[in-house]
Amino acid sequence: MATVRLSFSPAPVHVRTARLVGVAVARRAGVAEELLDEVRLAIGEACTRAVALHNQYGLPDLVTVEMSDSDSYSVRVIDHAPIEASVGLTKLPPDELADESLTDEALTTGVGFALLAGFVDDLQVRPVEDGPGTEVRMVWPVQRR
Amino acid sequence: MELSLATRTVAEHTVLEVGGEVDVYTAPRLRERLVELVDSGVRNVVVDLGGVEFLDSTGLGVLVGAMKRLRVANGRFSLVCSKEALLKIFRITALDQVFPIFPTIEAATRDSDGSANS
Repeated sequence: MATVRLSFSPAPVHVRTARLVGVAVARRAGVAEELLDEVRLAIGEACTRAVALHNQYGLPDLVTVEMSDSDSYSVRVIDHAPIEASVGLTKLPPDELADESLTDEALTTGVGFALLAGFVDDLQVRPVEDGPGTEVRMVWPVQRR
Repeated sequence: MELSLATRTVAEHTVLEVGGEVDVYTAPRLRERLVELVDSGVRNVVVDLGGVEFLDSTGLGVLVGAMKRLRVANGRFSLVCSKEALLKIFRITALDQVFPIFPTIEAATRDSDGSANS
């Protein structure tokens, strides 16, 4: 059961709102202060990815962010894009990052996942249970209950 | 905090001071400004990230795009950044091996031959 659930239309302007809410709930849940920058960045990256996918596929559906603090602080960012869009999510080596043939879109996607993988110890990317879409699940420890 | 952009000239370098949050919403404005600079003939660009409070993959993509654009035009692109939180982002993405990153504007603009990268 989510503590806080936020749904927003897939527009870049709302990603900041999701970050702000995500960090506020994390702080309230007891996530260590020194982890909050990473929480902010990771939620932002997951939401940016979802917004980009919805726009790429012309989907007006809402992106959902569910935050829960039952045992730890977990955040699920759920999109509804076709599942094949989620393949190929690998970190790019430095020589490819600066390669002329790499599109801006591919670069941003690769860098975004490098940040998610680098900042979130407990990260899962999996298909949603009903219909098309992907769930990015991130978990952080909490200091107190 | 909203994105802020200001340019000034230091020792034949155009320094673009960036402040606030650079994310999927604001990064297009940063991209436009960098494209304007290159299109206007500027060839030595230093982006000062000293006032940046948040930087995501979209912002990083814009910076890489500007560096590539300048490389094609035989120009030079460097960053000024001393914030550990941002430096960690560059390390995690391996972009610290792509960009020349300097701790101060003085160090970035002193590098007139483009060889130093500390």
